[in-house]
Amino acid sequence: MAELQTHGAHAVPMNLLEAVNRALTRAMAEDDSVVLLGEDIGTNGGVFRATEGLKQQFGCRRVMDTPLAENLIAGLAVGMASQGLKPVAEIQFMGFIYAALEQILSHAARLRNRTRGRLSCPLVIRAPYGGGIHAPEHHSESTEALFAHIPGLRVVMPSSPSRAHGLLLAAIQCPDPVIFLEPKRLYRLKRLPVVADGDPLPLDTCFTLRTGDDLTLISWGAAIHETLGAADQLAAEGINAEVIDVACLNPLDRDTLVASVSRTGRAVIVHEAPGHGGMGAEIAATLANQALLHLRSPVERVTGYDCPMPYFQLEQHYLPDEERIVAAAKRTLAY
Amino acid sequence: MRTDHDNRRVTAYKTMALIRHFDKKAVNLQRTGRLGTYASCLGAEAIGTAAGLALTRDDYFVPYYRDHATLYLRGVPLHQILQYWGGDERGNAFPAASDARRDLPYCVPIATQLTQAAGIASAAKLRHEHAAVLATCGDGATSRGDFYEALNVAGVWQLPLVVLINNNQWAISVPRGLQTACASLADKAVAAGIPGVQVDGNDLDALLEVLDHALERARAGKGATLIEAISYRLSDHTTADDASRYRKASDLHRAWQNEPVRRLRDTLAEAGLWDAQRETDWQQQCERTVEEAIDTYLNLPPAPATDMLDYLYAELPAALRDQRNALAVVDQEVRHG
Repeated sequence: MAELQTHGAHAVPMNLLEAVNRALTRAMAEDDSVVLLGEDIGTNGGVFRATEGLKQQFGCRRVMDTPLAENLIAGLAVGMASQGLKPVAEIQFMGFIYAALEQILSHAARLRNRTRGRLSCPLVIRAPYGGGIHAPEHHSESTEALFAHIPGLRVVMPSSPSRAHGLLLAAIQCPDPVIFLEPKRLYRLKRLPVVADGDPLPLDTCFTLRTGDDLTLISWGAAIHETLGAADQLAAEGINAEVIDVACLNPLDRDTLVASVSRTGRAVIVHEAPGHGGMGAEIAATLANQALLHLRSPVERVTGYDCPMPYFQLEQHYLPDEERIVAAAKRTLAY
Repeated sequence: MRTDHDNRRVTAYKTMALIRHFDKKAVNLQRTGRLGTYASCLGAEAIGTAAGLALTRDDYFVPYYRDHATLYLRGVPLHQILQYWGGDERGNAFPAASDARRDLPYCVPIATQLTQAAGIASAAKLRHEHAAVLATCGDGATSRGDFYEALNVAGVWQLPLVVLINNNQWAISVPRGLQTACASLADKAVAAGIPGVQVDGNDLDALLEVLDHALERARAGKGATLIEAISYRLSDHTTADDASRYRKASDLHRAWQNEPVRRLRDTLAEAGLWDAQRETDWQQQCERTVEEAIDTYLNLPPAPATDMLDYLYAELPAALRDQRNALAVVDQEVRHG
């Protein structure tokens, strides 16, 4: 599996969850204005342990266990951010973020614009998202398109420990509000090298994980795992797929996507969320608009079905798997 | 001899009279197509003025949308208040040198400002500031979860927050009696473990006393207070509303008997702090001040269309460059007619 991230001398192996914890620790150590808030993030270290040890290290004034109210968490973060703190709020599961939507949409995303730059809202809202861990109902959704549709927000979805680390550092430093969606299926999947004192990663570019000339596979977040697996399968058959991790869904780096597909002429977009109205549709529309004459086949999408995320007995049938991705890739090649 | 308290009351009256006049003219501007939908503060002059006088420069103010008097006292010029209601976001860019420099902008989605105010109070507490946060809302806002969530966290975190309800008896057309079975809105403080106080919202002196006490308590680290100021909305909800559809003329007539501006004027006159000559002079001054504000407002240069993208992010993302270029062309066309 290709990992084009830097494997520097100081790279240490860690899983995605440890990378999140490492980035939070570093951001808090470097900047007193960084504070954490959320449910169970203090002594318990978060239900996934993303904030493990941070209350002990930085104290309960900077690592705040909030009352159980997601709308409150977002409102608190907006208020704090409006006065120059850099709050990093944790919503325990993405399925519970909707109570916070009004604060995110009507206030966080708009505060700078509404005050013509007098105030800003440099907050980060972290939330584990997505299926595949046999979680209870309402714990496995992938609704990033709701947030990517909101002007003024940045929506970031890492797909590896090193990108989680670098993108979270960048999100915390960013003067704009960032929704940071963590693929919980990948939290403990494997330990990969992360440069712990490495630079933050850019928030406005895609990451090309694997180069190839035959077609472009475009994905983000947890689905990158199956997409890279599909690329391996295709490679075994002599088909070279380029794999692009979109990583930042808003603002979208259209240039990288258009350049790649203009070269390969074929595109398969893979995401866990329902296809209807999803980010795959936005990307497909961009390719139709800007790469039409380079396309040698229709753009394919491999997505979740247009239904609520099923309870875990059926989730493996819902999530895009390598076979569906490989089949779509072959359809584009056979067109 | 006049005391500081006397001077404060005279300042309060002058502000209330000015805002009463401003409010009337703002409604007229809307009626003649020169202002957007406007939320009148008729009947809320004492509440807004007391709030503005009780706050210090180090405090934070988190308004809802009838707080013209408070924002004016915080240093937001009247023409800028008109600019906001005239459909221009620059109206929320309060002057950098004013007390309102860090205050939140007008807030239209009901009660959503209250959890933000709790966030500001947390930030002030974290930084050991000797400052309080005052947030306002209407009676309808007390039915929203945001209201309770903000009070609840202010209680459990002992935040320097004062929430001031302008209970003007109406949430558009829904009367206070249909909002809650609670005997008073101040009772809702019980659920948050903080003090709840009721005060006559038409009584400037009572308002000042209650606000001074609650804000000083907050600044001293002793925690949050909920204040219910009981008033009456003498206007329609906004200029887009017609209260005669749901409100009895006799009720409105009765409410006018207790309105706050004349009440304070009479009190000051009885105390020898105000008289007919001063009143005549001040009304003339109010007319001049408001005319100047309207003149300034009507002559403000239009905002460039590119503004709608230029303040969205700290820096314009590459993804929006084409859209900005398109708007820049619009601006050029506007400039060259």
